[in-house]
This record gives sequence, structure tokens and C-alpha cells, in this order.
Amino acid sequence: MRRSRALLAASAAAALMLAACTTDEPADTAAPEETAAAGDEAGAEGEEEPEAEGEFFVQADYDRQLAQRDVEPEGPADQPWLQAIEPEYVDTAQYAQDGNTLCFSNASVSNPWRVTGWITMQQQVEVLRAAGEIGEFRYSDAADDDNQQITDIQAFIDAGDCNAIIISPSTTATLTPAVEAACASGVPVIVFDRGVNTDCMVTFIHPIGGYAYGADGAEFLVENLEPGSTVLALRILPGVDVLENRWAAAQEIFADSELEILGDEFTGGDGAEIKNIVTQYLQRGEVDGIWMDAGDGAVAAVEAFEDTGNDYPVMVGEDELSFMRKWQETGMTAIAPVYSNFQWRTPILAATMIWNGEQVPQEWVLPQEPITESDRDEFLDRNADMPSLHYAKFGGEDLPGYPTAWQDR
Amino acid sequence: MSRVLAVAGRGVTSRRRLGSTEIVWLALVGVLVVGAVLVAIDGHNLLSTANTRDMLTRSSLLGFVAIGQTLVILCRSLDLSVGYVMALCSLIAATTMDGDPARVPLAVAAVLVVAGLIGLGNGLIISALKVNPFIATLGVGLIIKGYLDTEYQGPAGDVPSSFQQFGYSRIGPIPVSTLVMLAVAVAAIVYLRKTRTGYHMFAVGGSADVARLSGIRTGRVIVTAHVLCSIAAGLAGLLIAARFGTGSALVYDSGYDLESIAAVVLGGTLLLGGRGGIGGTIAGVLILAVLDTVFNILEVDPFFKDVLRGVIIVAAVAIYARRQIDRKASRVRFGDGGNGGGPNGGGPNGGDDDGGGGAASLETPTGRTVQAGSPGGTDGTDQRPGAGGPLEPSVRTDGGPAAHRVHGPARHLDGMGGAR
Amino acid sequence: MTVTSPRPTRRPSAGSRAADLAGRLFGGGSATVFALLLVVFAWIFIINPSFAEPPSLMAFIKQAAPLVILAIGQYFVIVSGEFDLSVGSLVGAQVVIAAALLDGEESRTVPVILLMLGFGILVGLVNGLVTTLLKVQSFITTLGMMLVLYGAIRLWTGGAPTGALSEAFRQPGRGGIDMAVVRQLPYALLILIGLVIVAMAIMRSSYGRTLIATGDNERAAGFSGVRVWRVRTLAFVLSSVMATLAGILIGGYAGVTAQVGQGLEFTAITAVVLGGVVLGGGRGTVVAAMAGALTLEALFTLFNQLSMPSTIRPAVQGVIIIAAVAYAARERARPRQHAETPAESQQSSEKS
Repeated sequence: MRRSRALLAASAAAALMLAACTTDEPADTAAPEETAAAGDEAGAEGEEEPEAEGEFFVQADYDRQLAQRDVEPEGPADQPWLQAIEPEYVDTAQYAQDGNTLCFSNASVSNPWRVTGWITMQQQVEVLRAAGEIGEFRYSDAADDDNQQITDIQAFIDAGDCNAIIISPSTTATLTPAVEAACASGVPVIVFDRGVNTDCMVTFIHPIGGYAYGADGAEFLVENLEPGSTVLALRILPGVDVLENRWAAAQEIFADSELEILGDEFTGGDGAEIKNIVTQYLQRGEVDGIWMDAGDGAVAAVEAFEDTGNDYPVMVGEDELSFMRKWQETGMTAIAPVYSNFQWRTPILAATMIWNGEQVPQEWVLPQEPITESDRDEFLDRNADMPSLHYAKFGGEDLPGYPTAWQDR
Repeated sequence: MSRVLAVAGRGVTSRRRLGSTEIVWLALVGVLVVGAVLVAIDGHNLLSTANTRDMLTRSSLLGFVAIGQTLVILCRSLDLSVGYVMALCSLIAATTMDGDPARVPLAVAAVLVVAGLIGLGNGLIISALKVNPFIATLGVGLIIKGYLDTEYQGPAGDVPSSFQQFGYSRIGPIPVSTLVMLAVAVAAIVYLRKTRTGYHMFAVGGSADVARLSGIRTGRVIVTAHVLCSIAAGLAGLLIAARFGTGSALVYDSGYDLESIAAVVLGGTLLLGGRGGIGGTIAGVLILAVLDTVFNILEVDPFFKDVLRGVIIVAAVAIYARRQIDRKASRVRFGDGGNGGGPNGGGPNGGDDDGGGGAASLETPTGRTVQAGSPGGTDGTDQRPGAGGPLEPSVRTDGGPAAHRVHGPARHLDGMGGAR
Repeated sequence: MTVTSPRPTRRPSAGSRAADLAGRLFGGGSATVFALLLVVFAWIFIINPSFAEPPSLMAFIKQAAPLVILAIGQYFVIVSGEFDLSVGSLVGAQVVIAAALLDGEESRTVPVILLMLGFGILVGLVNGLVTTLLKVQSFITTLGMMLVLYGAIRLWTGGAPTGALSEAFRQPGRGGIDMAVVRQLPYALLILIGLVIVAMAIMRSSYGRTLIATGDNERAAGFSGVRVWRVRTLAFVLSSVMATLAGILIGGYAGVTAQVGQGLEFTAITAVVLGGVVLGGGRGTVVAAMAGALTLEALFTLFNQLSMPSTIRPAVQGVIIIAAVAYAARERARPRQHAETPAESQQSSEKS
């Protein structure tokens, strides 16, 4: 009884507030922007972005990404972070300006891949700051909390003095309204890494994508294993769309093969968990190949084979150095799919291009090429002094802070 | 008897709560002042409209969860499943709405019902099956996690823009979500003060056994608190859906469970139940939000934020504890005189060892506890105001005036486990 | 009831100790965990007979050892009536510290391990003293410690671990003595046996009895001359040292990853509670706590052997934990009254 009364009171209050809000809204300066954002959103709903439906396989995207792997990217070959695959340039004259305060809302630096990229980005900022192209560089880190990041972005908008906002969204779908609000504020918005379900930003920078990443590994397993061989899939977390895409592509390829998929397991990227799971599968029977949706802890998986006295599997890792070194050391058959870490430089460069009114690709697709046995040693030599949780394709060798900035982290 | 206790409880409560809440609000003012100075040195204005907005927005989500958490903590329980409930509710809301504004009421109703049922489950597992709240809510959280992981591969559903206003629009500088949160807080304060179940929560938290002996149906009170807590988490889930424009399962990784407990404790509510209130909790939530905003303006490293938060929470609780010890110190002497003390007197140990509130009263023979109920209130000893009014007398008869506060939350957890 | 409760003094009474132990092992709440452990193991053996082969069992021990050690540490704290939520963060911190300081240098292994132990003791002391002297509930103290360790370590390393572990450092967790039958006798097993003996010795010592007495009735213990703050602080130190040892084993077992240790505090507490140890202190044995940890690990193995989709495992785990604890709570409520003297049973009926 009382409960329901309290409830009633609460919901009545909620209803009241909502009603009050609509009437008062025009008084708020920010409100028109938000209405605009809401309008945009209605338009965006018609888009073919799959994530909103919770469905993680879209044939068209899959086909496009797989095809993009074979496209020769435009741009300087020695600066892959400036290359673009099939770019459609957009005019940015409307954003040309003298202001140079750059704001960056980061999802987090909670894994080595992001830490490596973040260092590269800071080094890139230093260069441009010294050149006077960037003034203030403001940064907020949401520590993987979507709501926090929405608030962070809002804070940049409210501050009103960002001349460009770079966003690395923590989750695709959930950050969409916040990104739209940022676009509506009139500031050029640059999104990179994970996407959002809108195209309001000036440019969206990303490597080819999750399907291509997942397919690189899966195809390698299909080529290098006898039909009927067994494969174990190790995944980090459920429900992260970029990771789901990788797995969806792998499933697509495995489905057309003769390989037997023993299972797909979530490991949280924790080495101990990975080793436990692989060991348990080995107790049940043979495992001929390992597919991983990210290389974190790949070494632990390999060690599980060593410790139980089994032959090395055909391995899908990542361009993380600990894995690549293990690969070289053991000489096993492996591939290191790459989710190009050098993409962290691009948004900074893009921001200065936009300020100068230069054209940028609307969707800036960076090359994403796996490291194979043929170029493995070259990358290892280049990164010989780097720590083991560094990524081979970090693309910062020409920056002044190299190599110490990445070594002393 | 229950009436007497309850009334006494209430009278003492409001006085006590005023004191404790005042301190927390003073702390909030202190944090604001220090923050404003630091931010000003950095060349910004903490109290600008934009920053005020930012602080309030940050507080609303945690606010909902913390209000609910306060209720269960007052009952000596706790809820570790709130994060999962939030995630589930955001998904239920977003998928039920599915972009259609007409379905908003249905979605809200669905969320409240599902959240209420989860709370009912939590409450029954704790009160009827006698499972410790820590394990019960952790287990229920895992069950929900299993469902979410199996059912949703990522963000799902679509929230119509009309409902997104709940997360994004503002009246003047104040976000609507904050107003709703404050309205819920007021409702909860009224509920705790004006309804019988409300002040029974203090009694149950003070001592479940004394409460039971005085005729309170403790099980029912605990279940109610859990239902309300889950509903509050459900409201937080609705806010998530409004802000994200979709439902997201990964919210459960954002640590709202422990953070809400921290906010409640920061707000001066005793983790062992029986004392505290919503007012303090709101101040606790605001303190965390102000810190967040200040850190953000000053661009403090996010990891350093964690360090500071950890230190601040522990320091705050240490200060609250210090205050209570000081008061008690005077009472120890007092009480010892009256009771003759134990073999070792209230000497060095009397101070550190402030007895198992739960355990001590448990071991008190029934007759004396009940008997002591009223005299306890009038025996002239400094009437340390405490929502645990009903508990105090029992403790006093037990020989150690200090026994009211237990410093292990463990016991508080066990309190409901009923295994002793 | 008099202030000095008879129960703390009854526990140590020498003659009945063995009988008491047996009674507590196989009666009351702890019986559930042993039954569950047997059922889970039997089930695994039925599904996969090869799991019963010595090498597989050794592999199981190797992976279960860290959790068992954590459960021992957590037991000391829980039985004294407190909580330690910082162990997960501490394990993570220790592994990251080891990697950063070792940076692959074999010669630094021993100094770094000593330093880690020192750091573990320090963390335990802070936890214990803040809890006992500053009167901060241990839930909050250790929650704060968890945040501080999490943040400080990442602040130090810039977000993700750096450096590398040395081969020697990895030996305890990964290596073993090669021999027939078992293929390899893991060092982890030897370390575990050592720690189990130490833990049992501690619980049989006067300190162990004091610990239980403190958890059972802090005030009574205090009145009978126990320095509660010292007893509890030492329990926190033991917990942190165990977490450090677990960190050494986990780091050795699987190397450094950014996620190492995450969530272990909840797993460890769950393991202890599953073992029939009562949150709130005073009840349960260290052996049962270890059995709880083994059961939990066996359960994870069983899920794997059953090829259960990994997304629904948490749900099944949740159901099993709640059911087991609820069942134990019931069981505990019954046999106790038969086992005790009339006076006591009368009391306990009053209590419940």
C-alpha cells in the first residue's frame, strides 16, 4: 500500500517534471540544439547501421570490409596514418578558423592497445603544438563509463571554447545522442576508433574494421589447418559491438569451412582465465587452432599448450609484441591481425586539416593489414627495444619522443 | 510496544539525522569551496552555469541508485545487484519503447514491475532463505548477468526522442533528471519519516531481533526495502536508456554497485544499519559529483581520481567514526559506573572493541531486552541520539555501553543471515 | 547472560578439539560444501574420465591454487568478523609491480619478491589499522584500498602493465618437478600444501582460537583480555600476504595482463562463504573455506566440460551459490541444537 503510494508519488513527480520540461524548454539556450539533435536522430534512424537492432552481422558491411582489404589505399605509403581507402572527400571550408583549442573525449586508457595509442596521440599533439598549430589540448577520460563520457562531451559543449572535438566513443550506439549534440553545437566533430550511429561528424576515422579483423584470422586458420581440425575461439567480453563484429565474421568463415569449432569462451582478457580455459579444453581433447578476438593474453594460451605437453596450435594473435616475440621464439604457425594502432595520430592531424579548410575524407578508412610470418621479423627488429605490451604497428617512429615516450610508460 | 519503539525511534531519529546530515552538507560546502578555489586558480569558474549543470548531471544517475541503496543499508542489508538491474532495465525500456513514443508508459511500467520483482527476489532470498545479503545479491546479480550476456550481444532497442528528453533537457541550469532524482529523494525521506514501514527500517537495521521481539515483521520490512531499492535502480536504468538512446548491458561493468554503497556511507549512513538517511546520501552523491567535475576541469588523471576517491571515502568514514567515539568515550565512563563493567572494565578494550551490536543484543536474554526498552530511553545517559533508538537499550543492559556500533560490516551482513 | 561468553573458552578446550573439528567439518554448514565438491568432481569424472588422470588433476591444482590461497587469507579476515575487498586489486597490483620492477631481469627475482611481500604486509597493516584504530568498517576500508591500489598502480604504469616477468619469477606458478605418473609435480601444489599446513597450524594456535573468539563475540573476547585490534590487524596482514603469494602464483601461471586479479575479491569471498564460513565471523573452518575455493574452481571446470554456453555460466553459478548458502543456513540451524548442551541450545533457540 505504502509502497504503491510512494511509487505513485514518484511517478507522478516524474510525469510532472517531464510535462514541465517541455513547456520550459525554450527558455534554455541549449534546448534548441537538443531539439535539433533529436531531429537529426530521427533522420539517422533510417540508416543501415546494424547495432541498434542488437544484430551483429550485416552482410553488406562484411562484404565491403573484406573487399577493402584488397584496395590500394590513397596517400603516402610511408605514412599509413594519412592513407585512406576509397575516400570521399568533404569540404571543410565552413570550419576553417584561427582558434586552435582541441578537445578530446577518450573512452578510456584501460588496455595496452589504448595506452599505446594515447601515447602516440600525445606525441603527435606535442609536434603540432610546437609548430603552433594546436594551442590548448583538453582531455577527458571516461574510464569506460558511457554515461561519464556523455557528460564529458556535454562539458566540452558547454565550455563553448573547443574549436574541435575529437571523440573516441566507448560504445557505438550509446554515445550517438551525445555525438549528435556535439555536432549540433557547430564545432567540427571528429570520431575515431569505434563508430556511432550517425554521420553528423565531419570525419569518422577508423581502420577497415572488425569484420576484416575477424576474417583475417579465421581465413588463416582455414588455410593452415586440415579439414576436420578443431578450433577454439577465445573472446574478451560479450556485448561489445566491435568485438562482436570480429566474431561474426569469423563465424561466417568457419561456417563455410570443414573446421570444427569446439566452443567460444569469454576470458575477460585475463591471462589466468585464458590459460585455465585452454588447459581444460586440452584435457578434453585435441585443439588444433586458436582464434582470438583480441591478442591480449595470447601468450597465456600458447603457454597452456607448452605446459600440458601439447603441440603448438595454429594461432591467431595480434600485433602485440609479447605475442609476436613468442611467435618468433617458438616458430609456430601464426598470424597477427592488426587493428591499426596508428589511427590515434590521424584525428589530431585531421583537426588541423579541418581548421585549415582542407578537405578530409568523410569516412576515413585507414589501412589495416595483418602481420604475417614474412614481415614479422622486420616489425620485431624495428620494435626491439619496446616493452612487451607495445603494439608493433603503432606508427610513431618518426615522432620526436621516439623511442623513450613509449618505453617509459 | 512496536508503536512506542517506533515513535521513540522517530523522535530520536530526526534529531540525529539533522546532526549527521548537517555535517555531510557542511562537508559538501567545504568541498565546493576548496574545489572552486582550485578551479579558480586554474582560471575557470566552478559555479558557472555549465559546470553546475555538469555537476548535477553527474549526480542524478548515481543519486537514484544511492537512494535505493540507502534504504537497504538502513535495514542492515545491502544490494550488490543494482548495476545489473540498471543494465537490464535500460534494455527493457529501450526494447519495449522501440522508437515509439506511445509505448513509453508501457516501458516505464514494465521496468518498474521487473525491477520490483527482482527486489522481491532479493528480499525473499535474504529474509526467507536466510542467505546473507552480500551473497544473495551477488548471486542474483550473476543470474541477471547470465541472462544479459546470453540475450543481448550489445546495445539494443531504440528510445524515442521524447523520452530522451528525460536525460538531456533542463529547466534553467537544472537537468530534469536531477529534479526527478530529488523528487524521488523527497519521496523517500517522507516515506522513511511518515510511514510505519519507513521507520521500522531504522528499527530493523538497529537490531533485527529487538525489532522482531517488539512485533515488527522484519522480513516484510527487508523485502520492502529491497523492492524499493531495485525500483530505484530501475529508475536509474530508465535514465540510462534516455541518455544512451538505447539499452546497454555493459552498464554493469561501470561499478555502480560499490559506488552507490560508497556514496551512502559517505553520506553518513551507518553500513551496519539503523542510522542515517536519504538527506546525507544526496549530499554524499553531490560530493562525489563535485569531485568528479573538479577533477575533470583540472584534468586530473582518471586513475588519480580513483586514488583520491578511495582516500576520501575512508577518511570521511574515519571522521564520522571519530565523532562517535568521542561521544562514546564520555559515555563509557558513565555506563561503566552504572553497569559495573566487565572483568576488564571498559579499559583499553572498551574503546576499541565496540562490541557486536547484533551479536551483543542477540545474546541478551529476551526478557531484559524488552524490559529495558523504555527505561533505556529515559535513563538519563546522554541520550546519544541515534536512529537505532530501539537498539540502544538492549545494548546497555548488555554491559557495554559502547556496544551499539560494530565496526565490522560483516556482522551487519550476518545480521540478516540469521544463522547465529 | 554473563559478559564472558562461555563459547570462546569452550572452543579451545583441548580434549574435544578433534571431535569438535570433525563435527564442524562434517556437520553444520560446512557439510554442504564437501558434498557439493564430491558431486561436482564425480560429475566431471563421469563426463570426462581422463580428468581423473594425474596430469589433469595436477593441472587443475595449478590453476586452483591461487584461489585456494586467497580463500585462506580471506578466511582469516572473515572469521574475525571483517571483510577484505582489496585482495583482487592487490593481486593485480603485485603482478604489475613485479613486471615493472623485474623488467625481465633474472637477478632481481628474489629482491622483488621480498619487496612484494613487504608491500603486501604494508597494505594489510593499513587495512587493519584503519579498520581497528580509526573504526572504519572494513567493507569501506578495503573498498577504499581497492580503489587506491587500482588507481595508483595504473597511475604509475600509465594505464597498462609494463615490463616483463623473469623466468625464475614464473617458476612457482608455472613450473614443477618433472616426474613419472603425474608428468609434472607443480611447485604450486607444494606451495599450497605448505600454506595449508601453516594455515591449519595458525588456526590451532592460540592466535587462531583468539581469532575465532573475536569474530564470535568481539566484546567477550575483549573482556577476556584479547587485544582485538591486534588480532584483527594481523588477520588483515595475513590476508594481504596470502594475496601477495596468490599474485606470485597467478603472475607465474599466466604472465602479466592488464586484467589480472579483477573481481578476485568477490570470487574469494564467495568461495569462503560457500565453505560454510559465516560472514560476520566466529564460525567455520579454514579447511572448509579451502574446500569452497576448490568447489568453485571445480564448478568452472564442470561448466567447461559440459560445454555450457559461456554466457549463461554466471547465471548457473549464481543459482548454485545462493542454493548452497541457503541450504547450509538451514542445515546449520538444525544440528547445532542437538550437538550442544541443553543450556546452550536453549540460548541458541532464543537467539534465532
